[in-house]
Amino acid sequence: MQPLDPLLREAGAATSAAARGTAAAEVARQLQICNACRYCEGFCAVFPAMTRRLEFGKADVDYLANLCHNCGACLHACQYAPPHEFAVNVPQAMARVRVQTYSDYAWPRALGRLYRHNGVAIALALSSGLALFLVLVIALTGNLWHEPMAGNFYRVFPHNLMVSMFAPILLFALLALALGVRRFWRDISPADRAQDAPRAAVAEATQAALSLKYLDGGHGEGCNEADDRFTLWRRRFHHLTFYGFLLCFASTSVATLYHYLLGWSAPYALVSLPVLLGTAGGIGLLIGPSGLLWLNLRRHPLHGDAAQRPMDLGFIALLLLASASGIALLAWRDSGAMALLLALHLGIVMALFLTLPYGKFAHGVYRTAALLKWAIEKRQPSRLQLEPE
Amino acid sequence: MHDVIVIGGGNAGLCAALTARESGASVLLLESAPRAWRGGNSQHTRNLRCMHDAPQDVLTDAYPEEEYWQDLRKVTGGVTNEALARLAIRDSAHCRDWMRRHGVHFQPSLSGTLQLSRTNAFFLGGGKALVNAYYRSAELLGVHIRYDAPVARLELSQGRFVAAHTGDERIEARACVVASGGFESNREWLRQAWGQSNGEWVADNFLIRGTRFNLGVLLKFLIEAGADTIGDPTQCHAVAIDARSPLYDGGICTRVDSVSLGIVVNQLAARFYDEGEDFWPKRYAIWGRLVAGQPGQIAYSIIDAKAIGRFMPPVFPGVKAQSVPELARALGLDAAALVRTVSDYNAACRPGSFDHATLDDCATSGLTPPKTHWARPIDTAPFSAYPLKPGITFTYLGVVVNAQAAVFFDGQPSPNLFAAGEIMAGNVLGQGYTAGVGMTIGTAFGRIAGTQAAAAAVRGKMHAAA
Repeated sequence: MQPLDPLLREAGAATSAAARGTAAAEVARQLQICNACRYCEGFCAVFPAMTRRLEFGKADVDYLANLCHNCGACLHACQYAPPHEFAVNVPQAMARVRVQTYSDYAWPRALGRLYRHNGVAIALALSSGLALFLVLVIALTGNLWHEPMAGNFYRVFPHNLMVSMFAPILLFALLALALGVRRFWRDISPADRAQDAPRAAVAEATQAALSLKYLDGGHGEGCNEADDRFTLWRRRFHHLTFYGFLLCFASTSVATLYHYLLGWSAPYALVSLPVLLGTAGGIGLLIGPSGLLWLNLRRHPLHGDAAQRPMDLGFIALLLLASASGIALLAWRDSGAMALLLALHLGIVMALFLTLPYGKFAHGVYRTAALLKWAIEKRQPSRLQLEPE
Repeated sequence: MHDVIVIGGGNAGLCAALTARESGASVLLLESAPRAWRGGNSQHTRNLRCMHDAPQDVLTDAYPEEEYWQDLRKVTGGVTNEALARLAIRDSAHCRDWMRRHGVHFQPSLSGTLQLSRTNAFFLGGGKALVNAYYRSAELLGVHIRYDAPVARLELSQGRFVAAHTGDERIEARACVVASGGFESNREWLRQAWGQSNGEWVADNFLIRGTRFNLGVLLKFLIEAGADTIGDPTQCHAVAIDARSPLYDGGICTRVDSVSLGIVVNQLAARFYDEGEDFWPKRYAIWGRLVAGQPGQIAYSIIDAKAIGRFMPPVFPGVKAQSVPELARALGLDAAALVRTVSDYNAACRPGSFDHATLDDCATSGLTPPKTHWARPIDTAPFSAYPLKPGITFTYLGVVVNAQAAVFFDGQPSPNLFAAGEIMAGNVLGQGYTAGVGMTIGTAFGRIAGTQAAAAAVRGKMHAAA
């Protein structure tokens, strides 16, 4: 009697790395192994969320993949990681699904696909194209190289023109992201309306997103980069990037209020609130993305999905270009190069806004949604009864 | 020349290397595995059984020395050395601060292991995370580490360690700690230990839950060199795991927890033991031996739809069928025989109120062997089955040590050869097992051996100087 042979073949198909199918099927295969092990339960929210399930359909996989912060702790701690034949590499499998959700849920979808494959090229082409266009506009309407204008941008681009260029782009980006994440939420959480979430759940998810709670490794020492050592640098650089971005945004918002409410026109003094906020944000946006780039390039080869580097680097490049050109503009706003620098900076920022919904930036939106779902779900009783004793 | 050579890079070896280094010795650690497979069986562990008199960080309530000792006495059936056992137990009460200093993190018991929340401190991320932390700490402290360095033999002189031989190299040191594990991955040795049945080597049907590198080379060498031995040479700790698991390193996830919710049949489609004798965490450890006693060393846990979602999800999907004969055919069992076994069992199930959380009153009547708890008819499709084989965790045979972890030759302790971990665990755990006690023994005796080896190296230096 050889009853075991066909069973072994089937089992092989169920767990062996050779039989991997789509990215979602691969996550499901790995989580079947993880769910029988559970050693990683203390690292982050992914594993406790996993233990509430026995099977991993597409919605579960999309949800868990976006809940994963790619910290790498579970890869280095995994007794089933390569070279084990189970070849469990949760951060990598999750990353591959995650990038699919960004393009699957992108609105309009075609743009998501485009950006996913050519992140760096598109980011750079778009920025230079837009900057060039603006340079041409200046050249056609006036002098590209000019006498110093004491930092008065509006003499190059009148205020209303700038608003009419940027407001639609920003609104479009926000709309695209909102439509995408709404569709994502409906798929991963058909039973729970986000607006009905308990207040404590919303507060917890917000706190987890803003503090990057799940980059702490579960013990506070941080996540993994090049090896099994823990480091807090990814969290710190990410904070510099995110809060730098917010400060720049705040700078623009304050300037807008000055302009419309108080009737104070730019240029603002170096010690004024918009300039101080923008300078601090710009410095954060220089150091943060540089640090993330450095970590990204040193990351362990098994950790994460190398195919997504163009997307990661594209976003990092745009952020760095935006901050560098912004600081250059501030530094030389009283010189004859102001118009040129302004065109360059505006072109880059436009490209950054335009690509927000289709690239790495989207991770923040989908992850926050996943964190909210986890905060809701963990407050509900489990449907499983696995704890007899 | 190094002061101390540690042979084996699992938990016990790492604890020895770290303490020897902390005591000021220069230390060389030889790990037989390549870096990717380092850590021996420790990479598959998950917790440490800890004595504590009051609630501690991740441990609830209290687990006093006496209760721990009684538990150990019970599971070993008295085959233990009380003095050494109490030494390990007491060490477990305060070793965790030291472990934390070397980067180990603890967490409360994992889901599905609530029964251990009082007695066992879990490693955040499991044993491989612990092993990684120890290696990082050892590198920082300046322990020299070599991978792919299996030691074939030692050079001894009247019970005194002189040198270790790895490859073509002869490496001298002033003292040595042997922490090279048991012999469970040595297939030939297992064959000899378990013998033949129906012309077949019984052990050929065993799976090894842990590392492929525990070949018992040094254990065999020490026995042949005249070291005093302890523990049953033919016994090993075996649990029933999924028969489809890998030959080595299947680890924790290959367990199958459905046994108490259904019936278990052998290759002849016959039941052979009470599946509901006690709670599964108290019974899983006997099922390896039970399955090993069946023809072909294989069995099948069979459940129906009522059991789904009531046990920890297994790593492999169950073999599913809409009827019992169909299930039998899928498993390669005699359909008529399985139908008979299931209907006999179903007919014997007395009505009761099923409660998997207590020793309930659902039992069979007039059935041999009986099922004494959680006996419900297997009558709701789909039916699922999990094939089971014995999975070996560790072996009991080891070398005798004293409270200083010194290896004995002819009743005399060696002045500079020490042992820690699975190779001497039989002193405390002569048979049986209880969760987390292997790591307690490895940590306690690893630390003792490291301290003693460093002290022996100092004595060796003074001796040489004199």
